[in-house]
Amino acid sequence: MQKYSAISLAYHAFRGHRHWQRAWRSPEPRQHYDVIVVGAGGHGLGTAYYLAKHHGLRKIAVLERGWLGGGNTGRNTTIIRSNYLQDESGGLYELARSLWETLSQEVNYNVMFSPRGVLNLCHDEHDLKGVQRRVLANQASGIEGEFLTPAQIKKEVPEMHVACPRLPVLGASLQRTAGTARHDAVAWGYARAADALGVDIIEQCTVNGFRIEGGKVRGVETTRGAIEADKVALVPAGHASVLANLAGFRLPIESRPLQALVSEPLKPCLNTVIMSGAIHGYVSQSDKGELVIGGGADAYNGYAQRGSPHVLAGSIGAVCHLFPQFRRLRMLRSWGGVVDIAPDASAILSPTPVENLFINCGWGTGGFKATPGSALAFAHLVANGSPHPKAEGFTLNRFASGLIIDEHSAAAVAH
Amino acid sequence: MLLIPCPWCGERAEAEFTYAGEGGIARPKNPPELSDQEWADYVYYRHNPKGTHHELWLHLHGCGKYFRVVRDTVSNQIYGSAPMLEAPPAVPERKEV
Ligand SMILES: Cc1cc2nc3c(=O)[nH]c(=O)nc-3n(C[C@H](O)[C@H](O)[C@H](O)COP(=O)(O)OP(=O)(O)OC[C@H]3O[C@@H](n4cnc5c(N)ncnc54)[C@H](O)[C@@H]3O)c2cc1C
Ligand SMILES: [Zn+2]
Repeated sequence: MQKYSAISLAYHAFRGHRHWQRAWRSPEPRQHYDVIVVGAGGHGLGTAYYLAKHHGLRKIAVLERGWLGGGNTGRNTTIIRSNYLQDESGGLYELARSLWETLSQEVNYNVMFSPRGVLNLCHDEHDLKGVQRRVLANQASGIEGEFLTPAQIKKEVPEMHVACPRLPVLGASLQRTAGTARHDAVAWGYARAADALGVDIIEQCTVNGFRIEGGKVRGVETTRGAIEADKVALVPAGHASVLANLAGFRLPIESRPLQALVSEPLKPCLNTVIMSGAIHGYVSQSDKGELVIGGGADAYNGYAQRGSPHVLAGSIGAVCHLFPQFRRLRMLRSWGGVVDIAPDASAILSPTPVENLFINCGWGTGGFKATPGSALAFAHLVANGSPHPKAEGFTLNRFASGLIIDEHSAAAVAH
Repeated sequence: MLLIPCPWCGERAEAEFTYAGEGGIARPKNPPELSDQEWADYVYYRHNPKGTHHELWLHLHGCGKYFRVVRDTVSNQIYGSAPMLEAPPAVPERKEV
């Protein structure tokens, strides 16, 4: 792999940028792999990277129906934080958050992690109690965070209408080590680093069936022919149920449209991330200057990568109550993704009823933040057959045992 | 915004309704005999198809009744609706990958 650095940038600038290597190959699928990862989002590419790096596997393929990073990874609003309520979540999300701090160095690709802080606002008494409880739970388990009073919020974010008569801000949690990152760069960085370790990334290759013999997976059927594998790791986000169905089982997952939009670019005006679960809206400013706005998922099951406009209108309305000065902005574009929501709003990293077939899904509206932790833990599960210590509670067993990881409240609007 | 045909009130905007999830899930007849996994199947597991979906909607800001809808989860085309105790419209089942 050609190393990216200030020196290489200067060197190539002098040569007119005509001699950069391709970031990754575009190989033909082989006949057989040790592990096939299905889905080239951040989680799938990361899984392949850690399988190669930590577990010494070399014959790995990542199969992607479209282009890598074109799923939810490239459609999300990039909020990263780890202040969930339950201990299990704290463990996994904090593992991920800590990995973000060094991810750019790890994969030699600037993922632009920007720990600019995330505020979760509350607007009524119940909200306030819930947020205070979550901050205390986080502090008890060593996850950084604090509770802010309205006066403290006003100091942190002077441009916000804290005393808004319609939606008064009564308090907020603030995690200063939380923030945002560049979504595409995460997919591209992992892809390039995995490719350098010999992983074959095969785009335009839809998995449309499985070879299963005696309850064991033997390979996959794809639009580019059958490919054999000792193990298959599914990381398909919104299409989790579709792939499970092809392999003959069901999942506790529903797929929903989740939308977001960006404004025209502005001079820097918001240096942190503002989320409000009660009013279904959140906003941050990208490095390009666009305001990135998102809200709640659409109500119904849907695979269309678009949702209903009144849902977006609701999010915009909420944001404009808190920031009346944003009212005159023009919006540049809006889009949707298909998010995989579990009944307890927590992820599933699990073996399946088919031997050697594993699944990582259920990240729903909030899995971007978890990308490095999820990938690292899932690679552990696929390589060893047993869960990573930080992800033990996240198997499918929890739906039968009743030990669910309820994060509906901490997941807020959309995580 | 979906245009949803309430069997009682006719076509109304989606904003008047609440989605109530997959339809046709019958409560088990023999609760004490079910295993934990069978309970989990009933309570949590869903078909979640990419294609034809049998679902329930509640006309919250209208007649207040639950009813059945058959909708395609990719095109959002609604094939029809029916009151709770009537059979949903028969349509060709479409399933995509
Ligand atoms: C609008 C929006 C905003 C969001 N905001 C945030 C946020 O602020 N913070 C946060 O933490 N999370 C957020 N999320 C959630 C986050 O994007 C996801 O949880 C995360 O990106 C999932 O990553 P992934 O790699 O698992 O999935 P994806 O990136 O979706 O990758 C899955 C891949 O699998 C491929 N695939 C599916 N089926 C097949 C098949 N049969 N064969 C081959 N390939 C297949 C897909 O094409 C896709 O590329 C948001 C999501 C959306 C849609
Ligand atoms: Zn009605």
